Amino acid sequence: MFRSSKIRESQGDRLFILGIYALLTAVLLVILLPLLYIVSSSFSSPQAVISGRVWLFPVEFTLDGYTAVFRNPQIGTGYMNSLIYAVAGTTINVVMTVMLAYPLARKTFYGRNVIMVLLIITMIFEGGLIPYYLLVKNLQLLDTRWAMILPGALAVFQVIVARTFFQTTIPDELAEAAELDGCNDIRFILRIVLPLSKPILAVMSLMYAVGHWNAYFDALIFLRSADLFPLQIVLRNILILNTIDPTMVSNVDIFLAQQGLKDLLKYSLIVVASLPVLIIYPFVQKYFVKGVMIGSLKG
Amino acid sequence: MTGITEQSIAAPRLPGRKKPVRKSAYKRIRRHWQLYAVIALPILYLITFKYVPMAGILIAFKDYNVVQGIWGSPWVGFKYFNQFFESPNFWLYINNTLGISLYGLAIGFPAPILLALMLNEVGNGLFKKSVQLVTYAPYFISTVIMVSIIIMTLSPNVGIVSKFFQWMGVENTNFMGMPGLFKSIYVWSDVWQYTGYGAIIYIAALAGVNPELYESAKVDGASRIQKIINIDIPSLIPVSTILLILNLGNVMKLGFEKVYLMQNPLNLQTSEVISTYVYKVGLLSSSFSFSTAIGFFNSVINLILLISVNYLARRLSSTSLW
Repeated sequence: MFRSSKIRESQGDRLFILGIYALLTAVLLVILLPLLYIVSSSFSSPQAVISGRVWLFPVEFTLDGYTAVFRNPQIGTGYMNSLIYAVAGTTINVVMTVMLAYPLARKTFYGRNVIMVLLIITMIFEGGLIPYYLLVKNLQLLDTRWAMILPGALAVFQVIVARTFFQTTIPDELAEAAELDGCNDIRFILRIVLPLSKPILAVMSLMYAVGHWNAYFDALIFLRSADLFPLQIVLRNILILNTIDPTMVSNVDIFLAQQGLKDLLKYSLIVVASLPVLIIYPFVQKYFVKGVMIGSLKG
Repeated sequence: MTGITEQSIAAPRLPGRKKPVRKSAYKRIRRHWQLYAVIALPILYLITFKYVPMAGILIAFKDYNVVQGIWGSPWVGFKYFNQFFESPNFWLYINNTLGISLYGLAIGFPAPILLALMLNEVGNGLFKKSVQLVTYAPYFISTVIMVSIIIMTLSPNVGIVSKFFQWMGVENTNFMGMPGLFKSIYVWSDVWQYTGYGAIIYIAALAGVNPELYESAKVDGASRIQKIINIDIPSLIPVSTILLILNLGNVMKLGFEKVYLMQNPLNLQTSEVISTYVYKVGLLSSSFSFSTAIGFFNSVINLILLISVNYLARRLSSTSLW
């Protein structure tokens, strides 16, 4: 709007905007190049990666890294587990969040202020790691799939975002009118509130799902059995701790004998593990933006 | 259909109800018992998973052992707090925690504002959209992957960054093993990952600026820089104040995940922070009471900080959390 003005831009302004374009291009490259490097490395031969011949594009194209990833049973189990935790966890998250947020959005709901205060308290003060761990232990949830789903069954921040959304889009009069029609509250939620809240439900599901997919802390403290590990824990073991479970060596023994392939596997693994989130990312970008916006209304 | 007609029938009655008789709590609850049935489960969750752990803080003042449980274990008062204050590494951990947090804030707080201000200058074309699309993307990379990317690119001999430095003539270095570099690596990788996402809120605030302001600035012959200083930056102050309060109020709450993953025996001297220490003491060496005491101490300091920063903000500007 500023650029299309009839008043000619001054020399200084033109230099200034040129500088901004240059800076933003630099920012773009600084973010894009490392990502491009990882993707290219994952398709290059181990020798090319190690000798530093890969900069921007794959050198000596090969899919060996990906073959190794798919042959690794740990990664497959981790992938499946993460999918289970993400799907089941997100479902419970969304249901619980709506169940808490909607009554709190009704102005006539007796006790809403007390409950809001209780919610805010949990945001500024918490029991801490050990009491949290002992609770999960006492509930007999340690080393079960439930430990990955129940303790984080809802996020208070998301409740507040959803409540703000309900308050601004679903007027109390609508609920009153439905009530006069003999529509009870539960039916009203299912038939009126949910269909009207699709945008916020989408945002919420995505936020929760990405959270589940990327989380590793709860798994680190609650899980012991390798067959329950989510992908992030498997990734940590392979990428950061550099340990490769002996059970998988039997399969890819020959490949891993070469140190280079072990490194190559890391690049491919990063790509494979980020894939679900990065594939849906461009499609959901606008929803995320919307989610941040609603959240900031009553930050 | 019936909904609409009945509503219109009900409408004339509304003036008569203009001053609603305040119904008793019992009647209001009974009339909407279903809402209470709906909210019961989440409330149960909050009590179980948020409030029971708060009560669990008691073990910070007790000598917790598994046999006697939380209630049966003997009271020891402030023994574990004193143990922490007197431990030789107390100030080291506080310093590391605050050091990383404040360094992160000094760079990570203005970065998204700068990015938003720059993006606001380039119009709404393809260029802006691409920059946004690309800069948001790293936000979705998990901490584990982020840290492995850091380690891999910085690893001696094979990492791309090391190679670059070698090419420049710097000798082969193990960056992750240098205690002096830990904070910078932590902070700048955070900037790389979160600046784009952090800018969203500022971009939206800038989009909400009244266009007439720009028009009159243009008529007055203001330069772009003058426009930024006099229109854009003031319009960002309310949002940024709130975010600054929240950030300053959370400096002690430095996240566990990334620090823990970035630690190695060589950099522990600068990388051990309170949250990682709580984890190691508590879950790896099972000193439950000691660990809880440290965590509780940290939460209290954090709460005091949040309240005082908010108080200051309220005194100095019109914006505050409450």
